[in-house]
Amino acid sequence: MSKRPKGFTQSQLSWSPWLAPLSETEFTEQHWEALVERSRAKNPYFALLARDPQTLRERTKTDNDIFYNTDGGLPRAERELAATAVSRINGCVLCASVHSRFASQHSGRGEDVQRLLDRGVKGEQDPRWRALIDAAEALTQTPPRFEASHVERLRELGMDDLAVADLIHATAFFQWANRLMLTIGEPLEPSRPA
Amino acid sequence: MSDVIDILTGVDEGSPVDRLRRRRPVTREHAQGSWEALFQPQVLGTVPLKDRYALALFVTGVSGDKAASGFYRAGLLREGGGHWAALIDQAIEAGTTRGPYGRYDTQESLAAESVEGLHFRVAETLRPRLGERLSAALDQAHLLVFRPRESSQAALKTLTDAGWSVTDVVTLSQLVAFLTFQLRVIAGLRILKEATR
Repeated sequence: MSKRPKGFTQSQLSWSPWLAPLSETEFTEQHWEALVERSRAKNPYFALLARDPQTLRERTKTDNDIFYNTDGGLPRAERELAATAVSRINGCVLCASVHSRFASQHSGRGEDVQRLLDRGVKGEQDPRWRALIDAAEALTQTPPRFEASHVERLRELGMDDLAVADLIHATAFFQWANRLMLTIGEPLEPSRPA
Repeated sequence: MSDVIDILTGVDEGSPVDRLRRRRPVTREHAQGSWEALFQPQVLGTVPLKDRYALALFVTGVSGDKAASGFYRAGLLREGGGHWAALIDQAIEAGTTRGPYGRYDTQESLAAESVEGLHFRVAETLRPRLGERLSAALDQAHLLVFRPRESSQAALKTLTDAGWSVTDVVTLSQLVAFLTFQLRVIAGLRILKEATR
């Protein structure tokens, strides 16, 4: 029996749904289209979300553009950094594991990413990551506490307004991603052969 | 053409924030598409629009966003939920707080980071008037907005126990989670708007 992870990690975790995903035999053309990538039918998270195909399709297209559209703006690594910071604050261990791996991979700064997981958003970082994490943290609060001073600091560090807008969107998207993943299932340690 | 995020942010066509949003046309199109999937769905299923707007009024209300809660209140009235509006207002008043917070019960290394806070439940006096289905959805929405880390199988089960189908629960979860996204996009863009005058 797999157990829940003890804390935040960059290791690969699995996820188990609390509600029944659609089985492939129940999929219609609309469900396949909603997955955007057909291989996701094997993933219980996407197969469960496919129950509302229109919303899944739109969500996936929003997600992919916010994170993968690298036509200027904030570098991919730093969008993943924001996703990791938000997941660390909201407490989505699975989201944090996936996006901390991406942040490490795209930045080559695995130790800094690990410090974010181990010590949380207040852990030491260089000035640029500090400013990005502080802005993401402020926007993650309910109500949001993101202010003009955050924008000014990001500009001082050389970021243009498209980069700031990208940070806003990456941070905002993970409010959605964290809550969705947390509410319909749970993360598990990968089962190891006995 | 302006979309819901433009309306809630107060973005004028051709303004700096409008131009910025149009640098990411796919994000812009599908953020609006996501809103439409939840509030103007092609297939309504068994989650009435009235319930969707009631939930949205509650989520944006407890999150303290006046423009957004005014927008969803208008939707609730349009969908014939006027008799719910004052009741939801009472729930908002009782449920408004600051977050996120919550206990880490299942991650032992994080126990020291647990933060206590309001565990909201729609008042017993309101439940018969809102109905158990909507009341259960509001309870779960509050948990998801303020203490997402405390999500549990038992909490989720209260929705199916109240009569929502598994597919309904997916839609309700998407709706609440989407609104927490929309609230951050508009909060962030409003600040950027002030900073680009």
